[in-house]
Amino acid sequence: MTAVAGARRGRRRSAASAGADRAARPGAVWILPAVLFFGVFAGVPLLLTAVLSFTDWNGLGTPNFNGVANWRHALTDSAIWESMRISLVFMVLCWVVQTPLALLIGVWAAGRELNRAVLSSIFFLPLLMSTAAIAITWRVLLDPNFGLAATVGPWIGFPDGNIAGDQHGALGAVVVVIAWQFVPFHSLMYQSATRQIPKMLYDAALIDGAGRFQQFWHITLPQLRNTIITSSVLMLVGSLTYFETILIVTNGGPGTATMVLPQRMYNSAFQSFQMGYASVIALVLAALGTALSLVIVRFSGYGKMRSTLEGI
Amino acid sequence: MTALREETSVPVADHRRGDRPRRKRQRPNWGAGLAALAWLVFVGVPIYLMIKDSFQPKDAYLDGGPLSLPRKLTLDNFAEVFRSGYTRYLINTAVVTVASVALTVLLAFPAAYAIVRSRSRIVSGTFRIFLAGLAVPAQATIIPVYLMISRMHLYDSLTAIILPTVAFGLPLSVLVLSSALRDVPRELYEAMTIDGGGSFRLMWSLALPLSRASLTTISVYSALNAWNGFLFPLILTQSPEQRVQTLGLWNFQNQFGANVPGLMAAVLLSAIPVFVVYLFARRWLIAGLAGAGGK
Repeated sequence: MTAVAGARRGRRRSAASAGADRAARPGAVWILPAVLFFGVFAGVPLLLTAVLSFTDWNGLGTPNFNGVANWRHALTDSAIWESMRISLVFMVLCWVVQTPLALLIGVWAAGRELNRAVLSSIFFLPLLMSTAAIAITWRVLLDPNFGLAATVGPWIGFPDGNIAGDQHGALGAVVVVIAWQFVPFHSLMYQSATRQIPKMLYDAALIDGAGRFQQFWHITLPQLRNTIITSSVLMLVGSLTYFETILIVTNGGPGTATMVLPQRMYNSAFQSFQMGYASVIALVLAALGTALSLVIVRFSGYGKMRSTLEGI
Repeated sequence: MTALREETSVPVADHRRGDRPRRKRQRPNWGAGLAALAWLVFVGVPIYLMIKDSFQPKDAYLDGGPLSLPRKLTLDNFAEVFRSGYTRYLINTAVVTVASVALTVLLAFPAAYAIVRSRSRIVSGTFRIFLAGLAVPAQATIIPVYLMISRMHLYDSLTAIILPTVAFGLPLSVLVLSSALRDVPRELYEAMTIDGGGSFRLMWSLALPLSRASLTTISVYSALNAWNGFLFPLILTQSPEQRVQTLGLWNFQNQFGANVPGLMAAVLLSAIPVFVVYLFARRWLIAGLAGAGGK
């Protein structure tokens, strides 16, 4: 392309002197197909969720307005508050488990040593599997009779190996599965961000006599600030709205031990067919998710997120 | 953390010996190495077991216990998976994937081109819609999406899966493409205009070839989204004829029950196409993955 640019430079100059920028510019029509498509299949549904939350739709007939009945029900329904609590615990656990792991693995994998390159290519393997494939594999592993849980369970305080059948064990198991699935992605973010830290900083630190830990604490961590923010909010919003893994691994159980808010919404909508009521939960989810996302825009911005991904 | 802390005692004088300190000369970080091996076990064991079980006869799985070494290998499990209709699911998924990628590129590229090149106020306003669109969680919209798809008489069809899948992939695709198009120098557009080109020709023979890298990235991103998609197929399809591979896996789980080797063979099969892409186009796959997780 540089050759083309060079060859045409002469002509361009004469054009520039002849007048201003004369290159054709597309009109607004060009963006319309994408906007309409996005509006119809993503924007309108969000508005419709709000409308449906005031109806008694059961999934089959015509939605009839029933005022604020669903909302009143939601406010007094202790199940919703329980799900809210489980969701928050789940969200915090996911963050606490994944962030230090992803950060350390990412920084480690950023090194150019051969053993690190080989090992990190294995570390990233879970990225190649779908949610369904990962969740199903883990459900097999968690089988108390034939799975890995039968062997590992007794070591970690589940003598019968029934980790997924225990109130706390089930939530912990889901957090572990989610970490297995998503730590690689966040490590990838940290890896590429670490590689962009100017070498100069480390050279200067060495001259000042900084050890490995001091370098990590005083250079790497502050330099990764934006990545930590972006990754954290992706993680928090993700674990708030995401429930496919839970659906497959525990289906909200045992009892309601892993009944996070989106799983509750799914069950209300597609098992009890209380679409209006489920829409209330969906709106709460969207509001919580958007509030968290606003934190992204406020503190880091998607522009910064993209720049950390360059050069991968 | 402890691993790193231990290393503070590394004598710094070592690094000062040369006239230029270089990070590469640091002593190997054994603590971190050990921690990495622990993580390797955590990541590797499930994958190893999944692969091992899928090549094991059924009775060997039940007798051997999870960590036993495989004694006898067999391909029967794969044969059984194919007999139970998995080929159909793979074809369905491939159709959804190809259509989603094509539709995403077709919609996102002109939009990104307009965002970068157009001077219309409407365009800059709609760009903000896309930015806001990144924040919409797909999970929160499944009920009206179900309502709309049923009303459009598309329920239980592959089209039903494709439409919302593409819609939710559009914001990130448009953002990635428009940031790439910003790097195309203005002079090139002007030069080509002198050669007699309208907006369409500028896009087709200038913007498009110059943003090949980002196009590949978003194609991989939307392909992965479609190939691995679970939620939209779950609520928008029903019959085995329209089943995609992720739902097929879930269905096997409920149907095969104790036939873990068969189930694991299906899991392995579902990951193989992505793995092949990983082997031959690692860089693009990772770029696409970076986008995929961003949503």
